[in-house]
Amino acid sequence: MSIQAVISGPHAHSMSSVTRVMLLVMVALFPATAFGLYRFGWPAINLFVITIVAAVLFEIACLSTAKRPIAKHVLDGSAVLTGWLVAMTLPPWAPWWIGVLGSGIAIVIGKHVYGGLGQNLFNPAMVARVMLLISFPLHMTTWVLPAPLGSAGAPSFLEGLEITFLGTGKFDAVSSASVLGHVSTELGRGLALDTILPKTFSYSQLALGQVSGSLGETSAVLILAGGLLLLATRTITWAIPVSILAMTALLATIFNFIDPARYPDAVFHLTSGALMLCAFFIATDYVTSPSTTAGQLIYGASTALLIFIIRTWASFPEGVGFAVLLMNACTPLIDHFVRPRVFGRNRSGKPLAVAAGDGK
Amino acid sequence: MTLSFSNLLGSGKLFSIRGGIHPDDQKHLSSETAIETMPMPTLLRIPLQQHIGAPAEPVVAKDDIVKKGQLLAIGRGAVSAAIHAPTSGRVIAIGRFIAPHPSGLPVATITIRPDGKDEWCDLPAPLDLEEASPEEIADRVASSGIVGMGGATFPSSVKLNLRKRFSLQSLVINAAECEPYLTCDDRLLRERSDDVADGIAFMARALGVEDVIIAIESNKPAAIAAMKASAAKIPAKAQVVAVPTRYPMGSEKHLVQTLTGKETPSRGLTADIGIVVHNAATAYAIHRAVRFGEPLISRILTVSGRGITRPANIEVLVGTPIADIISHCGGLVDEPRRLLLGGPMMGQPIANVRAPVVKGTNGILALSESETRRDEVMPCIRCGSCVNVCPCGLTPLDLHSRIRNEELQGAVDIGLLDCVACGSCSYVCPSNIPLIQSFNYAKGKLTVQQRTKHRQEETKRLAQQREERMEKIAAAKREAMAKRKAEKEAKKKRDAEKKKLAAEAAEAADAPAKDEATPKPKPQTEAAEQ
Repeated sequence: MSIQAVISGPHAHSMSSVTRVMLLVMVALFPATAFGLYRFGWPAINLFVITIVAAVLFEIACLSTAKRPIAKHVLDGSAVLTGWLVAMTLPPWAPWWIGVLGSGIAIVIGKHVYGGLGQNLFNPAMVARVMLLISFPLHMTTWVLPAPLGSAGAPSFLEGLEITFLGTGKFDAVSSASVLGHVSTELGRGLALDTILPKTFSYSQLALGQVSGSLGETSAVLILAGGLLLLATRTITWAIPVSILAMTALLATIFNFIDPARYPDAVFHLTSGALMLCAFFIATDYVTSPSTTAGQLIYGASTALLIFIIRTWASFPEGVGFAVLLMNACTPLIDHFVRPRVFGRNRSGKPLAVAAGDGK
Repeated sequence: MTLSFSNLLGSGKLFSIRGGIHPDDQKHLSSETAIETMPMPTLLRIPLQQHIGAPAEPVVAKDDIVKKGQLLAIGRGAVSAAIHAPTSGRVIAIGRFIAPHPSGLPVATITIRPDGKDEWCDLPAPLDLEEASPEEIADRVASSGIVGMGGATFPSSVKLNLRKRFSLQSLVINAAECEPYLTCDDRLLRERSDDVADGIAFMARALGVEDVIIAIESNKPAAIAAMKASAAKIPAKAQVVAVPTRYPMGSEKHLVQTLTGKETPSRGLTADIGIVVHNAATAYAIHRAVRFGEPLISRILTVSGRGITRPANIEVLVGTPIADIISHCGGLVDEPRRLLLGGPMMGQPIANVRAPVVKGTNGILALSESETRRDEVMPCIRCGSCVNVCPCGLTPLDLHSRIRNEELQGAVDIGLLDCVACGSCSYVCPSNIPLIQSFNYAKGKLTVQQRTKHRQEETKRLAQQREERMEKIAAAKREAMAKRKAEKEAKKKRDAEKKKLAAEAAEAADAPAKDEATPKPKPQTEAAEQ
């Protein structure tokens, strides 16, 4: 089909645009990101910048290979956002090439192999995270305790460059397990939760992000604030975040009730790992999630179920990446079968019957 | 984004509809300017098709002198509408002229040069509300050439006659005017609410309904107040209801659902659920027709947009060239980005400003750069905004992708034909995809395909019939031939037998004693055969 000149209405437009949507998401991500960069210092800043620059360069390379308009698509902001999200999920002191490789996987394999913007089946950032996690488990699970910019133990700018480009070297001492990883390991050793949890951190630390973890995932509160901004600006709808958070809370509460020594409670699940980021920023990715409200509820609840299963019973401490990818694969199916009821028709698509006493 | 409301507004409980949008309505540009009339244009071009259905048939000839209100063309067939002279003057041409349609193609048009006297012809006697029968009212509406003036231009008399086929309970007057910019119905209700109420009373009588709901969007408080005061004069039980300001509230089936909670079956009419919907401007036209005998020769329209020097609401004669109306409003500020007939959501581009306005024209808009959509289209990012705003429960993004792949049947399967082309999806699309254009393309292509299919089937049927006929003829021929052949053979046989008999007879004459008994039956057979 070719559209010669636009002659059909509407001639007015809401003036929303892809760029505007991407910018809004970035604004919403900013508080959590800024906090993460502050907490983890110069190495994190280096990694963040490198990852985004690499994403944009990969985008340009792909667009020029495909002979598509470069300025139009680079300026839409989707590559910057993808790079940003990849960086959010990386260990903050990861070496530079992890960031570059992550962006390469996300942009080239995750996005352009499928045909570019809007065509990808899987969330590019999650493709990158999962591929990196499987390929480089050591680098991807080397966490550091936060050392805020300007604090005593924090690396200086030059030391930061050293960490990012030459390896962590003398800063080995501060490495630490992520909360989910720690709990998983300790549970594996047969310890009960009530002995594991108080030793390591408090809930307020977990919620505020004063723990080790990925660059942008640690502060559940700030991510929640960003998510609420997305909801307020109607950039995303309520269905996916609510279904993910509610389902996670429900499952955690049920199992915690069954055996509190073995299964952490809802607050732990909601505030740890990538769950908040997933609920508001990852699973809500337009391209890879269902487009109807009912479909989104199914998708969100199923994602939460998979996250809970992986976190609780699988060998990986965190399940967001795998859960999201698995549900991405189900999205076309959900969209095919779950549609709104058409006006004037019943659920099975037949025109409504004329009620007795009406009309004829 | 699916807002739901079941707020109590006006006097009755309202029901929620799915989706919808809140476009910037820009009604303030023209809402405070009173309805004005235009000076007589130098030429009037009156197209013979200003309505849905068959074009009207001219009953005047070139050079005829006509009076104002005189019949120019009569409706042909069940769904058609009569056309009358908007003023007195001379018919200077009956030919083809640019249509007020995006194609700008010529259509059959009568051109009148006004004589400036504006003299009425003899008009039919006024009808009385208490005495007029439903048939009389419907006939008057038909002979006055009144069509739905909200833009659909369906002949109103056909809708007034629905009482014969359906059992009707309510008449809904659609004064929602949900299209941005348009204020002509708003002004009409504010300035002539008594006349509109009178028209409504006649409509209710013609339809035989006792219940009337006048629906006005809540952003027109002055019109609501004026109409509330006038509605008391309608003998039937009439209520004015303020409906939420949300596009496309004026979509007939959605308006009915908002007011009554009843959903019209797909592919059906609102009459199926006992409700008939008429536009407020139609009610006014009916008032003029029944009370004064005046046919529909003028209408009120809004001229607006940032590209118009002096936005206004004007009562114009049908057939007035668009260019004359624009220059009456001070002309264009600048080269407009879009020049439209109708509103910015469902209006159509004007191909040529020499084209006339017709009975269904409710607005002329000149939109500037900042008021129109940009040209750049991005790929669909599946954000689902279109699904959330679709008032018909469709999935526009899926429809579009199927149409792009030329899967027209696939698009029909997921509801293409249930689309009312309101444009909400395209309005909110961040990728600026011309979704309605895509749907219109598919609907048009389906119509062509259906026509082609129908023609092919017809051809096939005729060919089959011909084949059968030919087969019959051939069979008859074969039969005749076989008969002749059989006759020939029989004759041959007879001849041979005759010869044989003759030979035998000769033989027998030679030796009569030889077989006395046998020759006896033979002459008998011979006789029978002859």
